This record gives sequence, C-alpha cells and structure tokens, in this order.
Amino acid sequence: MEPILEVKNITKKYANHIALNGVSISVQPQKIFGLLGPNGAGKTSLIRIINQITGPDSGEVWFNGQKLAPEHVELIGYLPEERGLYKKMKVGEQAMYLAQLKGLKKSEAKQKLQHWFEKFEIGNWWDKKIEELSKGMQQKIQFIVTVLHEPKLLILDEPFSGFDPINAQLIKNEILDLKAKGSTIIFSTHNMGSVEELCDHIALINKAEKLLDGSVKDIRKNHRSHTYQLTFKGNLIAFTNALWAGAELLEKKSDEDIHSVTIKLLRQNNPNDLLQAVLNHTEILSFQEVIPSMNDIFISVVENKTTVNTKSAHTE
Amino acid sequence: MNKLFLIIQREYFSRVKKKSFLIMTILGPLLMAGLMIVPVWLAMRDKTEHQILVLDHSGLFIDRLPNTKQIKFTYGSESVQTAKTKLKDGPFDLIMEIKGDALNDSKTTPILYYTKQPGINVEQYITNTMENILFDYRLQGDSIDVNKIDKARRPVEIITLKVTENGKDEKTNTEMNMMIGFGCAIIIYFMIFLYGSQVMRGVIEEKTNRIVEVIVSSVKPFQLMLGKIIGVALVGLTQFILWVILTLVISTAVNAILFKSQIEDTMKRNAQMEQVMKNDITAHVDQMEEINSPNEVIELFNQAGNINIIKVLAAFSFYFLFGYLLYAALFAAVGSAVDDEADTQQFILPVTIPLIASFIIAQSIVTDPNSSMAQFFSIFPLTSPIVMMVRLPFDVPVWELALSMTMLIVGFLFFTWIAGKIYRTGILMYGKKTTWKELGKWLFYKE
Repeated sequence: MEPILEVKNITKKYANHIALNGVSISVQPQKIFGLLGPNGAGKTSLIRIINQITGPDSGEVWFNGQKLAPEHVELIGYLPEERGLYKKMKVGEQAMYLAQLKGLKKSEAKQKLQHWFEKFEIGNWWDKKIEELSKGMQQKIQFIVTVLHEPKLLILDEPFSGFDPINAQLIKNEILDLKAKGSTIIFSTHNMGSVEELCDHIALINKAEKLLDGSVKDIRKNHRSHTYQLTFKGNLIAFTNALWAGAELLEKKSDEDIHSVTIKLLRQNNPNDLLQAVLNHTEILSFQEVIPSMNDIFISVVENKTTVNTKSAHTE
Repeated sequence: MNKLFLIIQREYFSRVKKKSFLIMTILGPLLMAGLMIVPVWLAMRDKTEHQILVLDHSGLFIDRLPNTKQIKFTYGSESVQTAKTKLKDGPFDLIMEIKGDALNDSKTTPILYYTKQPGINVEQYITNTMENILFDYRLQGDSIDVNKIDKARRPVEIITLKVTENGKDEKTNTEMNMMIGFGCAIIIYFMIFLYGSQVMRGVIEEKTNRIVEVIVSSVKPFQLMLGKIIGVALVGLTQFILWVILTLVISTAVNAILFKSQIEDTMKRNAQMEQVMKNDITAHVDQMEEINSPNEVIELFNQAGNINIIKVLAAFSFYFLFGYLLYAALFAAVGSAVDDEADTQQFILPVTIPLIASFIIAQSIVTDPNSSMAQFFSIFPLTSPIVMMVRLPFDVPVWELALSMTMLIVGFLFFTWIAGKIYRTGILMYGKKTTWKELGKWLFYKE
C-alpha cells in the first residue's frame, strides 16, 4: 500500500548540534507508528518538520502522495509534548477557536464539539475557564481539540503524560477507535509499555540517526536471544552436568529442590536439544522462551549492543 | 488570511472582555477629566470673598491697600486680642497685624490670622502690594522720582510672525507649537509602551501556557505574531477612542454643571478674540493684551488655527501606527526569547533605550528644531515617531518628512522581519536562558 507519509533523508542542523542526520521513515495508512528514542534524540525535531513548524535543511517529506504543503496542516492533528491551553479562556470558546484554526467552519466545529463533549460527559464544562479545570481535565480538552477535525494523520507526542490510569485507558481506546475509523497515528514516546500495546510499526531514533525500523513483530523476532527459562525439580548439580557445550547457564535461582534457570542456547541448537539433554536428570515443571520486551530492545539498541541482555528480560 | 483574521479576533476580544480593560477605560478619562477640572475648580474655589481687618502699627499701609473683587481691607486699631474675637463672630475672616518697625527692618513680616486658610493668591496679592508700597516709600525716602523708575521699566512682549509664500504674515506661537508637538509625542510614547508591552506579555503567556506549539501547527508563527500585534493595536485604538469620547463627555458635563457662568464668560471673550484676530494683529496689540490676560488657554487654542491641523493629525496617525507596529514587533521578539516576564530585563532594555532616548532628544530639539541632530533623529526609524512629532509643528521641509516616513516604513519591514525570525525560533525554546549570541544565531536558521 502507498504510504501516507514518507520522510526522505531529512537532515536538520542547529547552531551547535545536528538534530536529524539523514533520517527516513515511511508510515503506512491506518497503522499506529511508534517513534521511539531517548530524550534529545531528535523525535520532536522530526515531528515539527512533519507539522511544518520548522523546515528541514535537506530532504523531503511527502504526505498522501504529494509533497508536503501548507494546506496539509488541516489534515494533520498534533498533540505536542509541551502542550497547554489559554488559561483564562473559556473551554468552549477556546475549542471553537482552535478548531477554526484547523479549517473547520463554525457550525461544523460546534456540532463536532458537542458530540465529543457528550461522549466524554463534560457538557457542563463549556463555560468554565481552563484554569478552573484539573490537569487531567485539561488534557481531555486538549485531546479533543487535537482530533476534532478528524485528521488523516494524527501525531501524538507523549500523549499519556498527565493522565491518570483510568483516563489513559480512555484515551488509548479513543486512539484505537480513531485507527479503526481510518486515521493513521504517529506515536512518539519513551514509554515502552504503551508501544507494545498499541504500535504496529516502530522506528527508533537516537542521536539524530535512525537505528531501527520495522514492524513490532519482526523486530521482536529479530531480537530473539535464544534464551529460555526452565523450572525443574531435582538435583541442580546433576542438571548442570547434563548441559553440554551448546548451552550456557546464565542465571539460577533455587528454592529447596525447585530450581529455576535461565539458559542461552549457542550456535544452531534448538530448545528440543536442550530438553532432551536434561530430560532424564530432572522433573521439568515449566519451560518457555524469554522474549525480549521493547524496553530491552530499546535499551540494547541505544547502548549499541547486538544482543539483548536477558538478565533484565521478563518472560511472556 | 482567514486564519489571521481569527487570530486578530481572539486577541482583540480576549482583551476587550477583560475586567481590567473596562476599569482602565473608565478610570482613564476620570483621571484625565480630573486633571482638566481640578485646577479650574481650585482656582474657582478661591473666589470667595475675604474680609481682612488690617491692624497697622506702622501707619504706612492704612488706606493704601487697594481692594479687589475678592479681597476687601478694613483698617482698625484695636489690639490683636480683641480683634481675634471678631474672627469668630464675623464679619472678618482674616486679621493682618503689621508691626510698628515694619519700615526699618530689612524684612517686613506681617502676621495673618485666620480661621479658614486663605488661598495662596491672597497671600501673594498682599505681599505684592505691600512690596510695591514699601518700594515707593523707600525710593521717596532717598528722593528718587518714582515716575522715572516706572518709565524706565517697561515690559517686552514678543510677537512671532511667519512669512508665508503668499506674502501674508501669519502669527505663530512657539509655545503652542511646542505643546501640540509634545502632546502628540507623549501620546505616541505611552501608547507604544503600554500596548507594546501587552504584545510582549501575550507572547510570554502563550509560551508559558504551552499553547504556542498547538497553534503554530495550524498557522505560521509569523501569522500568529502579526495577528497579535494587529489585535492589540485594535484594542489600543478602541481604548484611545473611548478615552477621548469619555473625557470629552465627562469634562463637558462637569463644566456645564459647575462652571456655567464661566463658560458663558469664556464664549463672550472668544467672540471678542475672533474679532481681533480678523483685523491686523500688530495694530491691536494693546487691545489683545487687554483681552488676553483673563484666559491664556483660550488664546492658545485660537492660535492653534495657525498650525496646519490636518497635516499634524495625518502625521500623528502615521507615526502612531508605524511607530507602534515597529516596536510591537520588537516587543514580540523579546517575549519569544524568554520564559517569563522576570527574564525580559536583559532584552527589553535595548528596545526601550531608543524610545526613552528619543524623548530626551525631543526636549533639546524644541530649543532648535532645525539642527542637524534634530534632522537625523527625526529620520532614524527608531526615534522618528517621537522626534518628528515634536519637530513637525515647527514646519519641517517636505522632503525630510517624506524621507522620515519612508525610512519608518523600511525600518518597520526590516525590524518585523528580524523579529519574526527570532520569534519563530524563540517560541519553541523552553527552559533555557537565551543569550544574545543565541539570538543572533536564530536569525540565520532556515525556516
């Protein structure tokens, strides 16, 4: 399918540092694209270029099959990380203003706002000033004004900061709902938990360069470390003796005669070889592969390691 | 264009709807009207009649102090003690005691007893007349002819006449020119400061509220800046017009109620004045003087007719508008470079220095409105809105005015361009103290 957004070889320099160095990404329609990276990696610079807030020094951005142009701002919704609203302005007035800046007609904006206010059960906030609302309430309004004009592309920079778990779930559901209705979402964060839950595809940026790009499934597959966790009943020494050169014991934990070990298989050995080797010496209680979480992949890639540190890995 | 209009609309209404706007709009004219009315009222207040009992022990002043409309002298010879009782029962409200040695002392010190304090003009009148009497008395003592002294001392009064091209001499009034020029300059100065800093605060507010990034994802930063500047300008204009209207309404209303007779008086004098003005002025200097003395302000206003009011108004509007626009852009740039108002100090100073300097320069220009310094600063765009307004009533050559206006427009475009560059980078910079060096680099960032 033709990508809705294509960023081609973008470079952006500031006086003292390079924010983006030849970064390219391609976002497929109706997917949630995770843009990951530590603070200062260049995520926000990239997002600002897509939003046409700043321009690249070199490279191109294509949106919906066209070169990015000023009229596209009305097709994009942007929730910045540094976000807020006019504190002294009334909720309704403010939402109407921001909606009209995004190109909605007055009547359209009003109708859509009423729909959202009913949906979130906040109809009585219309004449309140923003400063009278709690932070979480303000975030709700902010989310509504971001998605009100039903953008084709929705860019969310750390969308869950400032939400309590209940409201975060509410927003998560709205994001999935928007995706189902046809929106494409770019989701920038360093909170890996939400990435695994929501994203179809991710790109990892560190120090102005893209380090990793692919579907979440593929990335996790590529970052398998052939590490397994085995719990058994029996003698630990007998177990270790049974291991051969193709397996390496990384970690062991014992509770009386129940032992839990983490084993890394080297070379082309497969888990069946391991099981066969130990089967006669132990009573196996459980056996599973240790799959690296996005968090581990993130850390390992950023720290420029080729293998994932399984010690901190949790099992699934 | 449509979005710019939306921004202007928001900037305008969010300010006009504020309570502080309403308070300022009402309070301003009250203060202005107060400034106009109080002096007149104070002057009127002292028009109550004073009955003064003079106890002159020297004998020199008896029957020699001339009565006026408000001050009537009565002479007595009782002791101060008994006289004081008359203060309570009337008819006197003041007792003046002059000591017997008043004539010999180097300083004469009459004592004035009162129950209600008399105005300063009563005291002044008494000292003046007493001084004159003593002056004559002492001259006579030295056998000098008082009349000769009087003849020798004659007043000089200057009449300035401008030679116009059609050969007719026009009477001009330097004082009036100065007043008009300075008045306009003061208004421009205050409006730039007042509304320029409102623009700055607006920019800072958007930055601290963190709404600015939301908005610039919909509109260009330059549009946002321009919308704010224009919106605030309209607020200023609204307030200014309301002030003028309200001031006029309040002062006329108060005048009509309090000083009804005064106004009728003034109108009569006005009619007389006009009659005089129509005739050849020089021939009627004596007559002028006679009419002048009661109300100098009226005279000044009549002479304002000699300055080209339309020219001054047009220039005022022009310098007001473009002066504000230029400075507002700079104020916006300052606002964008800082995180909160406390940090504005280092950047605000270079912006306000030319403004304050032009005011200081303007004062020296009044003494020599066509000096080369005056020429330079009335053409330099950062100072011209104020300096040129001061110079204008003194007849500035047309080419200078044209050059000054062109330079102001060029300056406005240039500084707005620079401000726009700083602004679009500054609004997205959080939590970092900006240095001058960085500000310079922002100018060269690609958009």
